[in-house]
Amino acid sequence: MLLISCPWCGERDEVEFHYGGESHIAYPDDPEAITDDAWGEFLFVRNNPSGEFRERWLHTHGCRRWFNLLRDTSTHEIVRSYRMGESADQSSGAERESD
Amino acid sequence: MSFSFDGGQRRGFAGDTLASALLASGERVFGRSIYHDRPRGIVAAGRDEPCAYVQLGEAGQSEPMQQATRVEIVEGLVAAPLAGIGSLAAEADPDRYDKVHAHCDVLVVGAGPAGIAAAWAAGRTGARTLLLEDDSALGGQLLGVAAESPGAAGRTWLDEKLAEIATFRETRVHTRTIVSGLYDGGSVYALETRIRPGEAGAPGVSARRLWQIRARQLVLAAGALERPVAFSGNDLPGVMLAGAARMYLNRFGVRCGEQAVVFTTNDSAYSAALELHRAGCTIKAIVDTRDDPRSVFVSRAREAGIDVRSGSAVAVAHGGDGIEAVTVGRLLGESSVVSELDALDCDRLLVSGGWDPQTQLLRQVGARMVAQGASSGFGIETPPPASTLAGACNGTFLLGTTLSEGPAAGERAALAAGFRAEPVVVPDVAEPLEEAPRPVFFVAPPDGDLSSCYVDLHRDATVDDVQRAVGAGLTSIEHVKRYTSAGTGAEQGRTATVNVAAVTAELIGAPLTEVGLQSARPPIIPLAFGAMAGRHRGDLYEPVRVTPIHSWHVEQGAVFEDVGQWKRPLYYPLDDEDLDAAVLRECAAVRAAVGMVDASTLGKIDVRGPDSVEFLNRVYTNAYENLAVGACRYGLMCTLDGMLFDDGVVMRLGEEHFVATTTTGGAAAVLDWMEEWLQTEWPDLDVYLTSVTEQWATIAIVGPASRDVLGRLTEIPLDNESFPFMGIRHGVVADVPARVSRISFSGELAFEVNVEGLSGLAVWDAIWQAGQPEGITPYGTETMHVLRAEKGYVIVGQETDGTVTPVDLGMDWIISKKKSQQFVGKRSLRREDTARPDRKQLVGLLPHDHKVRLPEGAQLVLDQSEPVPMRMVGHVTSSYDSVALGRTFALALLESGSDRMGETVYAPLEGRAIAAEVTGPVLFDPENERRDG
Amino acid sequence: MSIEHARADHFEHPSELWRASEPRASYDVLVVGGGGHGLATAYYLAKEHGLTDIAVLEKGWLGGGNIARNTTVIRSNYLWDESAAMYEHSLKLWEGLSEELEYDLLFDQRGVLNLAHNLHEVREGIRRVNANRLNGVDAEWLDTDGVKEFCPIVNTSSDLRYPVLGATLQRRGGIARHEHVAWGYATRASQLGVDIIEGCEVTGIDVAGGRATGVQTTRGPISANKVALVAAGHRSVLAEMAGLRLPVQSHPLQALVSGLLEQRLGCVVMSGAVHVYVSQAHKGELVMGAGIDAYNSYAQRGSFHVIEKQMAAAVELFPIFSRAQMLRTWAGIVDVCPDASPIVGLTPIEGLFLNCGWGTGGFKATPGSGWTLAHTIATGEPHRLNAPFALDRFAHGRLIDEHGAAGVAH
Repeated sequence: MLLISCPWCGERDEVEFHYGGESHIAYPDDPEAITDDAWGEFLFVRNNPSGEFRERWLHTHGCRRWFNLLRDTSTHEIVRSYRMGESADQSSGAERESD
Repeated sequence: MSFSFDGGQRRGFAGDTLASALLASGERVFGRSIYHDRPRGIVAAGRDEPCAYVQLGEAGQSEPMQQATRVEIVEGLVAAPLAGIGSLAAEADPDRYDKVHAHCDVLVVGAGPAGIAAAWAAGRTGARTLLLEDDSALGGQLLGVAAESPGAAGRTWLDEKLAEIATFRETRVHTRTIVSGLYDGGSVYALETRIRPGEAGAPGVSARRLWQIRARQLVLAAGALERPVAFSGNDLPGVMLAGAARMYLNRFGVRCGEQAVVFTTNDSAYSAALELHRAGCTIKAIVDTRDDPRSVFVSRAREAGIDVRSGSAVAVAHGGDGIEAVTVGRLLGESSVVSELDALDCDRLLVSGGWDPQTQLLRQVGARMVAQGASSGFGIETPPPASTLAGACNGTFLLGTTLSEGPAAGERAALAAGFRAEPVVVPDVAEPLEEAPRPVFFVAPPDGDLSSCYVDLHRDATVDDVQRAVGAGLTSIEHVKRYTSAGTGAEQGRTATVNVAAVTAELIGAPLTEVGLQSARPPIIPLAFGAMAGRHRGDLYEPVRVTPIHSWHVEQGAVFEDVGQWKRPLYYPLDDEDLDAAVLRECAAVRAAVGMVDASTLGKIDVRGPDSVEFLNRVYTNAYENLAVGACRYGLMCTLDGMLFDDGVVMRLGEEHFVATTTTGGAAAVLDWMEEWLQTEWPDLDVYLTSVTEQWATIAIVGPASRDVLGRLTEIPLDNESFPFMGIRHGVVADVPARVSRISFSGELAFEVNVEGLSGLAVWDAIWQAGQPEGITPYGTETMHVLRAEKGYVIVGQETDGTVTPVDLGMDWIISKKKSQQFVGKRSLRREDTARPDRKQLVGLLPHDHKVRLPEGAQLVLDQSEPVPMRMVGHVTSSYDSVALGRTFALALLESGSDRMGETVYAPLEGRAIAAEVTGPVLFDPENERRDG
Repeated sequence: MSIEHARADHFEHPSELWRASEPRASYDVLVVGGGGHGLATAYYLAKEHGLTDIAVLEKGWLGGGNIARNTTVIRSNYLWDESAAMYEHSLKLWEGLSEELEYDLLFDQRGVLNLAHNLHEVREGIRRVNANRLNGVDAEWLDTDGVKEFCPIVNTSSDLRYPVLGATLQRRGGIARHEHVAWGYATRASQLGVDIIEGCEVTGIDVAGGRATGVQTTRGPISANKVALVAAGHRSVLAEMAGLRLPVQSHPLQALVSGLLEQRLGCVVMSGAVHVYVSQAHKGELVMGAGIDAYNSYAQRGSFHVIEKQMAAAVELFPIFSRAQMLRTWAGIVDVCPDASPIVGLTPIEGLFLNCGWGTGGFKATPGSGWTLAHTIATGEPHRLNAPFALDRFAHGRLIDEHGAAGVAH
């Protein structure tokens, strides 16, 4: 069971949280202007790496805030958590910062 | 103490295990083996026992597959031997199980010398320390050493430390508690036995307790278990592990055997031999695989007159229902073959193939194994983060070393958790050094027949089986395991896995380390399902949610349905009415006069803030800027994929204040959904969301007489002009502040009264009383569903299944056409497939036979004579008998439904097909003439 | 009941299995992934299409992925036509597979019950039964008494928190023994000339001019005319090597077995609202599973609270399970598509084929998946049965959404 550090509440048990998948997925600027393919890609295609992954969690049974977590999907190691609007440390995943 | 075994009464002493009590009575045969039906005896003294399994207890307490070596004798215990397979109980389990959550700085697993020392060293720093031990007693292997052995000195020291630990405020020690699993984030699960099988329970005390522990640091001090050797007849009753015989002798006062042969690859068995020798057992020989063993232990044995046969091995054990003799020979070089055979009579053969460090807990989270010389088996390459090993599980077998390694591990763990103390002083234990073992994992019998050389006594797997597996082309240990089933047994293959790997390695000519061991998976010992379920049984399986009016429904004899966690009245039978009769009556009453329904379960979300309108415009498919304060509007919510997700009424209570209602089942998901968008995509919007579902009770008064009934309880003007349809008014109803809205889910004149939850029951009762002149009729969800279906109103989750858009439901009118309004899911609606005109669309169906009701879930076809597979064009989503229509009707999703008005479709059922005419979904009062009363 | 005479079935595997091969420099077809689907694909390529210049590349030990980690439920009673057709084809193949492979797969059509615990589940269950029948898939609806009769140890009392209101029953559904399936396919494929190469991890996919030309492996490069990616759980990683991004996410799916018990459960029982599915294997162990862990993972382990919930559900439905013991738990890595249906067939890269996204339902599809993918690889065209499962459905929106209506998707 993961021990997740909520950036607002501190370390809490996984059961308090709800998983929200990959984070930093930009909503298309003008959905009406893009093709079905591009919209489909936005809707359904997410990164799925074996390794560090930036993802979104909701502290459902706590502060009810969404936040970001940098976690390794191959070891379950939690590298760090950070608030919405913040970015993960440049040292990791910086190449996807433009997402 | 007396207990029952295999139907007979036996006696034992307090502190005995079932195994020690049976051994004390001199029995060698315990039971039979699973596949080969061979007699088997007790082999071990702990959780590694592969043969002696019992079914414990009776009736609902009947428990399969318990190791006799771990079952404590209590008065009246009932046990029956098993042949490797148990039985489920005949009835439900009367016992209670519970769970406890614990947090600690240092968790020490195992209370042998290393664990006690580690817990003491950690505990004295003030770190919150937990020491857990599977056994009923503390001490580990020291429980099995003779009083005069070097271990005794260490034991005195440890007793002092235990006494000290008892004074540490933050250190707790639990026996009969087995740590079973290690998971991420330092979470550890352990099962504590609080009432032993057969023992009378105390009221309110759980039989077992599942500990859920978060440990900052873990010290593994789980010890080592002795490994047997595979040779022909090694499964005969009387062949035991040497350490087990020593444990039975010194801890339980049970001397196993009169004439024993000892077969060992290392020094440890010499202590067993000498102690048994002193206890009066004749040691016929010590057969040692090492060519020239010279340690102090060997000299002592020789001094005691014991025949030590070096460079030798036992090749065959002979006997019928128990061992009678062994064939011994000299090992040829490095091979597993013996020559110069000799026979020795004996009634016991005590075996030590080496000691396997018990590292499974760390291997569960992926710690890699590495060859370890001292154990001639495997150790852990690098412990996982926040964990450390001490003692035998770390390959440290000398007590003196253990007593310095244990405290060091405890100190290190405490330090890592932020606690520090003066360095500890450890005792100097004078003990002779052990000589290196010469590992031998199996010995080939002279006749070459490998079919009774057992590598896994529990699963009856032999060297011959492994040879067949390898012969079939298998090289992976995981394949060999599956081919032979070796190592898959209830004792987790504790005595088997290394030998299987070693035999495999030898047969394929690869080093043992390359072959490796089968992966270790939780739990460490089997855990009872009930203990893991804990209190989540029956009513506590999941919370039951009820409305403030629930007690009234119960008194009225309502039949309930489960909607999510909620209990909702389905209908209120009078006398012996069934569902159909009650619903017809309830529907008729509402359409003719007045009914009332408890709608408190609907989700309610309070939406406030300057950007509330913009927020609602984005999450709903329609627009809210022109919704007047004091009015409400029906809205739909789509997933990003454009599929209908929830619906409800949005009430505007102020310029910047709304309440949005949701479906009963969707409330939590909708709030999560709204918050997700607000927090992650639209943090610029100044909006606050609060769930107020349980703060309000909602009572709908429905029917032509609803205005009269409500009028008796309130001063709020209720006439159509002062209080129009979809209006909201605040006032007092039945002496309680109330918010009343004119929302109708039935097409009838209706008022929805919202009051503070605590007043719900009183207001409900007042409305009930006030409605008596009109015969006000409480109705349940089924009547509500019929009334709405007659009007063509959908229910999310019934007319929809996650694949239906608002357009499919003919609800284009609720979809904003404004280009500027980019509600969630909008773009998806014009994808190629989603915009197809021939999608399944909502229609009404009128069965040709007015009395025939289509089953909900019936599939629709156009050609009823088509052979299977038939082309299905839709399905019935809702279907009822209608008083108002005087006939049956249904709603359905039908391919190109809106173009099929008047056509006939068929619902093929078993042995018949129901024909129905396609019509629009609004079948009752299409002009909405009734909603204003 | 006599404890003394309880005996478990013992199965002896054949004395000759597949032939281990060393990789050659080039093949006509490379199947990446030596699990059930990969081996079935290779077998059907050889048997149905006469191709034999094939290698199956397995990074670890053959059949060590999800085929070794699942709960072996086999059924075809899916809601939507496309799914029903695919799984029914698969079930028909299962029905003759032991004979075809000359390997006893312990395939046992003992029936699969899907319990309904609320009116919504009843409605959806009946809908599915009707749809199944018209699709030629055997299906029955049982009321509570019918459930009790078919599976007497299910708790059908009305005071259950979520009482059993009925169930769908597919009598032709059942279980098989997972490693037998992998070994059976491997052995027969090997006999037909397929090279089976274990301990060979693919580290790169070679694409030139828009077509796949081979792979890089830990045992050197191998060139090929066609490459099929059939490695459960890891297909995102593999596909990314070819520059493809897929709508799949990898999650742990935990399963567990009890110790050996005398036979008491004669069918497969699945439940949605009381979330668990369970069967009793031939040897006697109860085999159970529930939902996936919420988070993405490749670590082949999950969280214990998922097991605890599953246990509560199991004991709620089967009170006599309370003292059965969980012997071993494990996790597979399943790749899940947004619509809980797989992706099978062509990719935008010529000569590169894909089979992924089976989520929690891959075992039962093993023969059908391999059979249809073999057709696609051999002919370069989608098969009628796998055409609806093409990758482009995520753009135009024609999803095959098995979430809502099919109950638990196992």
